[in-house]
Amino acid sequence: MAVDRSSPPPVGNDPLFHFPEIVRHTLANGLDLRTIEHRAAPVVTLVIQIEAGSGADPGNQEGLAAITADMVDEGTGSLSAIDVSDALSRIGGDYDVEVGADVVTFGLTTLARFADRGATLLADLITRPSLRETDFTRVRQLRLDRLRQMKDVAPAVAERAFLRLIYGAHPYGHLSIGNDAALHAVSIADVAAFHGGRFVPSQSTMVIAGDMTHQAMRALAEASFGGWTNSPTPVAWGRASEIEPPAESGTRLAIVPRERAAQSELRIGHLAVRRNTPDYSALLVMNSVLGGQFVSRVNLKLREEKGYTYGARTGFDWRRGRAPFAVHTSVHTAATADAVKDAHAEIEGLRGARPVTEKELSLAKASLTRGYPRNFETAGNVARAVAQLALYGLPDTYFQEFMPKVNAVTGDDVTRVAATHLDPSRLTTLVVGDHAAIAESLSRLVGDALVISPEI
Amino acid sequence: MTSPTLPFTKHTLANGLDVIVHEAHQVPIVAINIWYHVGSKDERPGRTGFAHLFEHLMFEGSEHHPGGYFPPLQQAGALLNGSTNTDRTNYWEVVPTSAVELALWMESDRMGYLLPAVTAERFETQRDVVLNERRQNYENRPYGMAMMAITSTLYPPDHPYHWMTIGAADDIKAMRLDDVHEFFRTYYHPANASLTLAGAIDTPRAMELAERYFGDLRPGPAPAQVTAAATLTREHRLVLEDRVELPRVYMAWHSPAMFADGDAEMDLLGDLLANGKTSRLYRTLVYERRIAIDVSAYQGSRELAGFFLVAATAAPGQSLTDIATAIDSELHAVINDGPTDAEMQRAAAQVEAHFLYRLQTVGGFGGKSDQLNAYNVFCGDPGYFSQDLTRYTSATRESVQAAAARLLRVDARVVLSVVPNGQPALALAGSEPVSVS
Repeated sequence: MAVDRSSPPPVGNDPLFHFPEIVRHTLANGLDLRTIEHRAAPVVTLVIQIEAGSGADPGNQEGLAAITADMVDEGTGSLSAIDVSDALSRIGGDYDVEVGADVVTFGLTTLARFADRGATLLADLITRPSLRETDFTRVRQLRLDRLRQMKDVAPAVAERAFLRLIYGAHPYGHLSIGNDAALHAVSIADVAAFHGGRFVPSQSTMVIAGDMTHQAMRALAEASFGGWTNSPTPVAWGRASEIEPPAESGTRLAIVPRERAAQSELRIGHLAVRRNTPDYSALLVMNSVLGGQFVSRVNLKLREEKGYTYGARTGFDWRRGRAPFAVHTSVHTAATADAVKDAHAEIEGLRGARPVTEKELSLAKASLTRGYPRNFETAGNVARAVAQLALYGLPDTYFQEFMPKVNAVTGDDVTRVAATHLDPSRLTTLVVGDHAAIAESLSRLVGDALVISPEI
Repeated sequence: MTSPTLPFTKHTLANGLDVIVHEAHQVPIVAINIWYHVGSKDERPGRTGFAHLFEHLMFEGSEHHPGGYFPPLQQAGALLNGSTNTDRTNYWEVVPTSAVELALWMESDRMGYLLPAVTAERFETQRDVVLNERRQNYENRPYGMAMMAITSTLYPPDHPYHWMTIGAADDIKAMRLDDVHEFFRTYYHPANASLTLAGAIDTPRAMELAERYFGDLRPGPAPAQVTAAATLTREHRLVLEDRVELPRVYMAWHSPAMFADGDAEMDLLGDLLANGKTSRLYRTLVYERRIAIDVSAYQGSRELAGFFLVAATAAPGQSLTDIATAIDSELHAVINDGPTDAEMQRAAAQVEAHFLYRLQTVGGFGGKSDQLNAYNVFCGDPGYFSQDLTRYTSATRESVQAAAARLLRVDARVVLSVVPNGQPALALAGSEPVSVS
C-alpha cells in the first residue's frame, strides 16, 4: 500500500502518563527522604540537596559555597582524594556536584548491587570530609586558574557580567566560582565553618531512585545518613531568596570589549519573577513561543530568517528568589546591532502588538506537554526531578498536574504574562564583542555603552 | 551478575533499507534514529564541510511538507536533532507513542523527496548559519582551532580525515545549490541508510510501519566507501597562537580504527592515563607536581583510522617543556611495565557500569537506538553490543601494554603547542608555526 503523502498522518491520543509514587520519610536527624522505585535498569541514583548554594556566599567570599562543595570528594577519614576517586571507580560510580543559586546538589549513580558501598561513601564524604589544608590550596589554585581561563570564554564572560549588571551586590549577582580576590580571601577555616553551619541533616533532602524497594531504599538512607548529626550550636542563616534585589531603572547597554572577535556574545534581559509565581505555567508557554524551542519567534527570526547566528533562545534561570529572564545568542559581529534590534522587537511584540497566534499557542503547549514523559526515563532523571520539588516546595502531585496546567493556558494568559513580566523599558543589553566594530551602531540603537571589564 | 544485553530484531527492506527494532516499554516514548553512511570523509579537498551543511538542509522541509521539518514534530511533542561526523550522519526523533507514524512519514519524506523543498534562499541562509556555527564553536573559542592544526598534519592533504567535519570557511562560502542535488542522489537513499525504532512499540507493528513509509522509496547503489592510509615518519612539532591565557600541549598519534585490534586497549589506556584523580597523568601533573591544571587522553575511534590524543594545559608560569617531559615519562612507564592489576580492576568495574548506563535511554545521541545503528553501519551487525563488551572485558595488562608500545612512539607523532598570542617562545623547542583558518 502506497503511503498517502498529501499530508502528514494525524497524531493519536496522548499516552497516559503516570509519575511513579514518591514515598516520603523524615529520618530522626531531620533529613527529608524521598524514594522512588525505578526498575528500568539495575542502577540506583542517590541525590543529596543541601542549603549551601552560591547565594549563601558571604559578600566578600564569593565562591565559598562552590569550593566547599569541591572539597567534599577530596578525602574523608583515612581516605585521600586519590583513594576516594579509586573507591568511586571500583563501584562504577558516577559522582557529580551541581552548585545552584539556592542549593548544592550531590549526585551518585551506581550499580544497584553497589548501593550500600555507594551510599556509605557518599555519606562519609558529605558529612565528614577531611578538609585538609594541602588539598584546599591545590583546589583553590585550580579554581583561580579556571577563572583566568574563563576570561577567554565569551559565554562565561557574558554570564558573569550579566548577573552582576542585573543583580548588583545581591547574593545572586555572581557565578558560583566567584572571583579572584574573593577566592584569595577564603581559607580552609572558612570552608570548615561554612560546611559545619550549612551541611546539616535537618535542612537537607535526600532522594533515592532506583532498582530497589522503598523499604530497602529507606534502610539504605538510615544506614548511611542516619548518623549525620545536627550542629549542637546551630548557626542562624538566611536565604538569598529572602533578600529583595535592587530595582532596575531604564535600559542599559554594556559592552565587554573582545578585540577582533568573530562573533558577539549577547545577553538581553532583566530580573523577572520567582519560581513559585502563580504565572509559572503561562510563563513557560510564553517563553516557548518567544524563544524556548527551535520553532520560536527569536530563533526563527535570528537563525532561520536572517542567518545571523547558529542559534538563539530565551529563558528564565529559575531560582527561589527573582529569576533573570534573558535572550541568549552569539551572532556574527557584523550583524550585532541588527540582531539586538530584532531581539528587542520580538520581546516587545509578544506583549501585545503581535500577540501569540492560535497556531503558536498550540505548538508551544503541545511541545511542553506531549514530550513530558521522556523527562523521566532514567533513575537519575527521576531523582533530580524529585529534588526540584523539595527545592521549590512543590507538591508530590506536581508532575501529574503539569500537563493539565499547561494545557489550560490561554492566548490571553500569554499576552498578559508577557506584558506583566517582560519589560522593554528595563532591558539590559550586554555584548561581549569587538568594541570598535559594534559600539557606534549599537549606541544609535540603545544609547551609550557602559564599557566594562571581563572581571566586573 | 549477568552481562547487560541489547536485544533487537533486524529486517532489510527490498530497497536495501536496514530496519532494526528494540522494545522497551517502561516509558510511553519511541526513538526513531536514522544513520546515513556518509560524513566528511566522503568530501574532497576544496569541497569540505558539505556533508554537515547538507544535514542542516535536511531540517528545512521536504517536497510534501515544505514548511520546515520542526513544526509538526514539535507540535507532537518530539525532541529531535541530527549530527555529522567524519564517518556518518545521524538524525533522530524521540516521540510519544502517539506520533510514531508522523515521525516515520517525515523521515521517509526527506529521505525520498528532499530536493524540491531546498530553495536557493534556504540554502544561502543555512550556509550563513553554518558559518556562524563555525565562528561560535571554533574561531571564537579558546583552543578551538587546535584540532584543525592537528588533523591537517596527522593526515596528508588528500586523506579524508585531513579536514574537520565543519569544513574550511572558504569552501563553505563557495558551495552551490547544484552540489546539493548530486550529494543527495549519491548518499541519501535506503541502501545507504539504517533505521532503528526503539521504545514502547511492538516489533511486528514497527516493522509494518517501516515497510509502509519507507518501502516504496527508490533504491540506489550503495556508494563506494573510501579508504585511505596515513603514516607519520617523524615527530612534527607545531605552534599555534590563539586568544588563550595559558599554553596547552597536544600530542597525537595514529591508532587503530574503530573496532580494530587494539582500539579497546587504547580506549582503556586513555582512561588509565587521564580519567579521574587516580589516573597516572592527572595524579602526576595536576595532583602531585601541579604543573598542569588539566589533562585529557582519549582514543578517537573512527571508521578509517583512529587517533590517540593527550593534552595538558600549563599551570601559570609552568613550561610546556616540563609538561611534555612529564607526559613522556608516564607514557614510557606504561609502555615498559604495563598497567597494574589495580588499574585493570578499576577499568573492569567502569566498563561494566558504563555499558549498563548506556542502556538507560532509548533515544538521542548515544541512546540505544543510536548504538544499534552504529553497530549495524560499522560492523554490519546490530548485535555487536555483546562482542563490543567482550573486547573490553578480555583486554589484559599485556594487551594494553602491547598496544601502547606499538603505537605511542615519540618519533611518529604530532606535538602541538597552543600559546597566547604574541608569545611563540612559550612553545616547545623546534615548533613550526602552523596556520589554520
